[in-house]
Amino acid sequence: MFASIDLTVAWALLLAFAVFVYVVLDGFDLGIGILYPFFRKKEDRDIMMNSVAPVWDGNETWLVLGGGGLFAAFPMAYAILMPAVYPPIIAMLLALIFRGVAFEYRWRANSWMSKKSWDAAFIGGSVSAALCQGIILGAFLQGIEVEGRAYAGGWWDWLTPFTLICGLSVVAGYGFLGACWLNMKLEGEIQHRVRLMARGFFVATLVGVVAVSIATYLLQVGLAVRWFAWPQVLLTGPVPVLLALIALALSRSLFVEGRDRMPFLLGLALFALCFLGLGLSVWPYAIPPEVTIWDAAAPAKSQLFMFVGAIVLVPIILAYTGYAYWVFRGKLDPNKGYH
Amino acid sequence: MDTFLGFDAVMLARMQFGFTVAFHFIFPAISIGLASFLAVLNGLYLWTKNEAYLRLFKYWLKIFAISFAMGVVSGIVMSYQFGTNWSVFSDIAGPVIGPLMAYEVLTAFFLEAGFLGIMIFGRDKVGPGLHMFACLMVAVGTAISATWILSVNSWMQTPQGFSIAENGQFVPEDWWAIIFNPSFPYRLAHTLTAAYLTTAFIVGGVGAWHLLRGRRENPGVRTMFSMAMWMAALVAPLQIFLGDMHGINTLEHQPAKVMAMEGHFESHEAGAPLILFGIPDQDAGEMRYSIEIPKLSSLILKHDLNAPLAGLDTIPDDEEPPVAVVFWSFRVMVGLGFAMLGIGLWSLWARFRGRLYDNRWLHRTAVAMGPSGLVAVIAGWITTEVGRQPYVVYGALRTAEAHSPLAASAVGVSLIAFVVIYFVIFGAGVAYILKLMRHAPALGERGVRVEPGPIRTTGITPQQQLREDGHDMAKEGA
Repeated sequence: MFASIDLTVAWALLLAFAVFVYVVLDGFDLGIGILYPFFRKKEDRDIMMNSVAPVWDGNETWLVLGGGGLFAAFPMAYAILMPAVYPPIIAMLLALIFRGVAFEYRWRANSWMSKKSWDAAFIGGSVSAALCQGIILGAFLQGIEVEGRAYAGGWWDWLTPFTLICGLSVVAGYGFLGACWLNMKLEGEIQHRVRLMARGFFVATLVGVVAVSIATYLLQVGLAVRWFAWPQVLLTGPVPVLLALIALALSRSLFVEGRDRMPFLLGLALFALCFLGLGLSVWPYAIPPEVTIWDAAAPAKSQLFMFVGAIVLVPIILAYTGYAYWVFRGKLDPNKGYH
Repeated sequence: MDTFLGFDAVMLARMQFGFTVAFHFIFPAISIGLASFLAVLNGLYLWTKNEAYLRLFKYWLKIFAISFAMGVVSGIVMSYQFGTNWSVFSDIAGPVIGPLMAYEVLTAFFLEAGFLGIMIFGRDKVGPGLHMFACLMVAVGTAISATWILSVNSWMQTPQGFSIAENGQFVPEDWWAIIFNPSFPYRLAHTLTAAYLTTAFIVGGVGAWHLLRGRRENPGVRTMFSMAMWMAALVAPLQIFLGDMHGINTLEHQPAKVMAMEGHFESHEAGAPLILFGIPDQDAGEMRYSIEIPKLSSLILKHDLNAPLAGLDTIPDDEEPPVAVVFWSFRVMVGLGFAMLGIGLWSLWARFRGRLYDNRWLHRTAVAMGPSGLVAVIAGWITTEVGRQPYVVYGALRTAEAHSPLAASAVGVSLIAFVVIYFVIFGAGVAYILKLMRHAPALGERGVRVEPGPIRTTGITPQQQLREDGHDMAKEGA
């Protein structure tokens, strides 16, 4: 019994880690699609896309791990969550199809019309996928109606003002990460414009974070009340303080100093803290507000079997993923990468 | 009853899963074979320094990149389809199959995706040795992926090594028994071989098309046609042998499926006939207008002309799979398999006569047979999946009890969205692939696109570019 409890917590943390890695990695590459409308020249768009072309499908693999891991370690939570957010999940999957194929098709299209349509698919797919992910997050936070082992709510439960705020915040946040990534990978005149975008999306992201926090509190959504209870406040208290410090540092590096790498790294830290804050609100629920991770856990034998592999394989995966990023490090050359 | 356009939610969910998985399956079937083909080509190029191999590598790499992208995005859909449309199945069977799928992600998907970027863009960045390693990792990754997912699928066909908990969940008891379930080795061998054959016929079809266009002096064209025909000649007979073994294994574990494949409504005491064609009438329980070869079915399945074979009359009606679908899809698969064998033998004969690059009828047939592997793979998939009905986990969980608590309209609308979008998106992808295939592999074939690289001093850039373009010829000359 003791072992199974430990494993369940370990799996919850491991899955949270996978989702976090997904959010920041696909975050910046979805962000590039979100920024596309602000860059109309073909050359600009080419180099923006090339900055993530070698890594985007690796980034999306973390989404498969998130879904597959939930299925394996918490099958009941997976079985409740998917029908509960059926429309936004399906919409997200279809959106990811549009933007994923745009990476390849854009270079194969030779008429003006078809090039334009794949650009539009890339933009529409990226924005919709980000929006849907935010909505799914919101639906999860606001709580899901459960009866027995199944979803018992309605068709449109996922669509509320709160989930829409979450959706828009995620779009802003991904756009911000994307701009920070490009700020790191590009130089010259386009980098200047990217940095302006980063500033705008940074402000939008902060507005989003504050709005979601206030809405969570006002609506008494989920388990927000616990944030202020003693002794949890010892754990939760530092999060907003750190968040404010990082926001300050970000404004400095974006507005005053104009640094290359620092905004991206601080952006990752900003996401990590928001993620930690959300995690603390939800803990220990697999499906708020009723199903805990222990209720939803797969039998210990399932969790153990996978855990052995995950402990060995995840570090290896991180190592070769890191290597792939290392190979394609540095600023992009605008004179290469054209067709 | 809650219906949408006359279908209930279960039927719609089945149609959606069947549609998305069949569409998805096309791309891995191509990727598994092409990844190995590319690794072989790259290896041959490094070994022999023969430019034709590099030319072919770059040529097929472009096609691989598109096909792989389509496989990735249609595959992400699959990892969520279980939960969206089959939530009860996910909850109950998740403890057993979930970990196997998690292992697929951890051991295969990351490996493929992690090294794909280097394989496509990284030759000049990491050097030939590491680039070759990346090609191998992608090829190995596709095969590992197939291994896990076929283990999952085989377990759903021949489940063992689990118990049923109080809450209804299947609890794993013996992982070895689960992974190496009885139908797994046969299904794995049969499916992997199918992927290699599929690719061989696509490559052969493209080669033949260019030969017909008078490009027999192009060493790339000759090499690809020759390699593909060797594969057809060697692997098609192997595949028929593996298929037979797989069938015998199915007879042992899922007899009702084989009865549907064979169209045996009636039991035969002494030697069952092989029904070549006929119109199955499941309601009446008989095969109409059948053309039969006496006793041949017993010979194939039991290796004995007079062995008795039970028919569907021994199976309760609510345990029977839909016969017509299984009967026909099986015939499509087997027919194509023998046609592939025919091409393989024909090419051997032409090769022996020294006419491999001149026999226009062989080339025409090879072009026509280009997509045959894809059709056979889908037909085989339908045979085995529909043949498992009415169960989703054979003998343990019925399909009708496994679906999500969703309104029929929700499943119906999303099904329509999938159908429309898949045809548009993947239709465009196929068009781009065909466009790439229309050009013969040329001297100095370009890569997927010149990769983004770190900035070099402005003055040297033109020279760098020059070196890039003349790269292959320089190597060839050296």
